[in-house]
Amino acid sequence: MKSGRFWAWVVFALGAAYFFIPLIATVEFSMRMRRGAYSFDAYKVVFGDPRFQATFGYSVLTAVFTIILGVLIVVPTAYWIRLRMPQLRPVVEFITLLPLVIPAIVIVFGYIRMYGSNSPLPFLGSETGANALLVIGYATLALPYMYRAVDTGLRTIDVRTLTEAAQILGAGWGTIITRVILPNVLIAVLSGAFLTFAIVIGEFTMASLLNRPAFGPYLQNVGANRAYEPAALAIIAFAITWGCMSLIQILSRFAPRSANRPN
Amino acid sequence: MTEPFLSIQHVRKSFGPITVVQDFNLDVEPGEFVSFLGPSGCGKTTVLRMVAGFEEPSAGKIVVAGKDITRLKPNQRNVGMVFQAYALFPNLTVAQNIGFGLKVAGMPKADADRRIAEMLDIIKLPQMGDRYPYQLSGGQQQRIALARAIAPKPKLLLLDEPLSALDAKVRVSLREEIRSIQKKLGITTIFVTHDQEEALSISDRIAVMYGGKAEQVGTPFEIYNRPATKFVANFVGTLNVLEGTVTDAASGKVRVNSQEVSLKGKLNGSKSGDTLSLALRPEAISLGRHPGRDSSLSGEIAEVHFLGSVIRVRVGIGGATVSLDTFNSPATPPPAVGEKAEISFSSGDMLVLH
Ligand SMILES: Nc1ncnc2c1ncn2[C@@H]1O[C@H](COP(=O)(O)OP(=O)(O)OP(=O)(O)O)[C@@H](O)[C@H]1O
Ligand SMILES: [Mg+2]
Repeated sequence: MKSGRFWAWVVFALGAAYFFIPLIATVEFSMRMRRGAYSFDAYKVVFGDPRFQATFGYSVLTAVFTIILGVLIVVPTAYWIRLRMPQLRPVVEFITLLPLVIPAIVIVFGYIRMYGSNSPLPFLGSETGANALLVIGYATLALPYMYRAVDTGLRTIDVRTLTEAAQILGAGWGTIITRVILPNVLIAVLSGAFLTFAIVIGEFTMASLLNRPAFGPYLQNVGANRAYEPAALAIIAFAITWGCMSLIQILSRFAPRSANRPN
Repeated sequence: MTEPFLSIQHVRKSFGPITVVQDFNLDVEPGEFVSFLGPSGCGKTTVLRMVAGFEEPSAGKIVVAGKDITRLKPNQRNVGMVFQAYALFPNLTVAQNIGFGLKVAGMPKADADRRIAEMLDIIKLPQMGDRYPYQLSGGQQQRIALARAIAPKPKLLLLDEPLSALDAKVRVSLREEIRSIQKKLGITTIFVTHDQEEALSISDRIAVMYGGKAEQVGTPFEIYNRPATKFVANFVGTLNVLEGTVTDAASGKVRVNSQEVSLKGKLNGSKSGDTLSLALRPEAISLGRHPGRDSSLSGEIAEVHFLGSVIRVRVGIGGATVSLDTFNSPATPPPAVGEKAEISFSSGDMLVLH
C-alpha cells in the first residue's frame, strides 16, 4: 500500500517532468533575447509585429465562422439522429471520425482540384471564396471533436421525451431546438467550440496550401527565420490552448443539472 | 347518452409486420376519467400516443369534440400530457416550465404569470416557482409536470403511468390529488396504469386491455364484480378458479370435484357435459356454513397464513385450491392444516368464465 503510493508519485513526477521541462526550457529561452538578463523582449517584438496582429486576427475570425458553421451542421444532425435514426449513429460516428484518419493535406488537395478557378464551383477564384473554403475545411477538421462533444451533451438529457413534452405543449421545431435542446447542450457545444478554436488557431497545412494569411503559416515562417521569437510564439500559442481548456472546465460547472432522479 | 367528447374508432396500429393495437374502440364522455389497465406490452402507451399524435394509426380515426384529429400534429391538438419520467425542462425554472405552453401560445406575460401562480396554488407548491427541477423530489416534479400540462387549458389530459416512478406513499396521495384536480377542472382524462388498485380507486371507467384490444370497458364496480372475460377476471383482483362439468343444463346443475352446485340461470347456452371455468372472489367465500349462502363445497385446509387482522386460508377441493379470508377473532383459534372444512358461498357470486 505505502510503496504502491510511492511508485505512483514517482511515475507522476516522471510524467510531469517530461511535460514541464521542455516547457520551462522554452520559456527560459524565450526570455534570453537581451544579453545577460532575462527580459520579455521577444514577446514585445512578437506582439509589436503587425503581421502577428493581422494573422492572429484573421485566424480568430476564421475560428468564429468555423464554430458557427460547425454548430449549425452538428447540433441539428446529432439531435435528429438521436431522435429519429438511432440506428444510423454508428455510421455517422464513423463519418465524423474520418477527418482524424485522412490527413489534412489530402483533403486540401481534393479541394484544390474540385474547386479550382475553372471548375463548376470556383471557390478558389476569389478571396471570399477561398476564405469560405478554409472555414469549410476547418469545420471538417473540427467535426470529430464537435460531434462528440454535442453527442455527449445530448446523452445527458432524455432527448425524445423532452421533445415530445415540448411538442404536446404546442412548440414547433424551431422553438424545440432553440429553447429546449440547445440550452441543455450549450455547455457541450461551448466545449466543442473551444476545441475547434484551439485547432483552428494553430492549423498550418490547409491555411498554407490555400494561401491564406493565417496564424499557422506565420508561426512557421517566424520559426524558420528567427531565434528567440519562435519560442515566445510557442509559449503564446500554448497559453491560448490552455486558456481554452480551462474555460471548458469552468463552463462545465454551469451545466444545467439533470433532474432525472426518480425516487 | 350525451355526445362522446373523445371517440376512438376502430383504431389499429402496426409496427412493420407486428400489429400491437387491433380494432380499438372507446368513447369517453366530457369530463370523464378513464383508465387504461393492462399488463406490460398490451398497447396502452401506443393508444395514448396515437391520441397525443406521436404515432399515426394504421387504420381508424380519433375524434375530439366532433373534430377528426387523426392526422393532426401533436402541437396542433391542444392536448396535455404527463410522462412517466416527468420530462421537465432541466434548464427552466418551475415557473418557466409551467409557463412554457402559455409562452408558445403567445399569451401576454402578465396573464401567463397569473395563470402560473394559479397552477402553483392548485398543485399546492406556491413557493416553488423559482426552483429548478433538480431541486425537487420526484413527487414534486410530477406535480409540476401536471401543472405544466393543464396550464394551457387543454381539451384532453393524457397521463402515461405518471406515478410508477414514485414510492408507494407518494403514489397514493398523488393519485388522489390528480383525481381531485381533474374533478375540479372537469377535464376529460385518460390515465394509463398497470396497477389495478390505482385504476379501481380513481377511475370513472376502466378499459382493461389485453393483446392490443379493449377486453372490457366499464366502471370499476362492473369490472371487478362482473368481469366479461377470463382475462379480466384473472387480471383484476384475486380469483379462485374451479373447473366444473354441466350435469343438467336445464336446472343449472354443475359438478365440481364430484360435488354438485346449482347455478340456475347462469349457464347461458351451455349444454350438459360441457366443462366450465367457475370463478369466485375470496371475499365471496366463507368458512363453514352460513345462513343465506346457498351453496357449499367440502375440502381440506391446505394452508393457513396469519396476516394480523385477517387470516388467509387456502382450502383444497379435489385438485384445486381456493383462497379465502376470514377476520381474526381472539376467541376462536384459526383452523389447522389438514382439518376437514366446508366453504360456502352464494351461487349468485359465482362467475362463469367463457
Ligand atoms: N416504435 C415501436 N416499434 C416497434 N414496436 C413497438 C414500438 N412501440 C411499441 N412497440 C411494441 O408495441 C407493443 C405495445 O407497446 P406499448 O408501449 O403500447 O405497451 P404498454 O401497454 O404501454 O406497456 P407498458 O406497461 O410496459 O408500458 C409492445 O410489444 C412494443 O414492443
Ligand atoms: Mg407503456
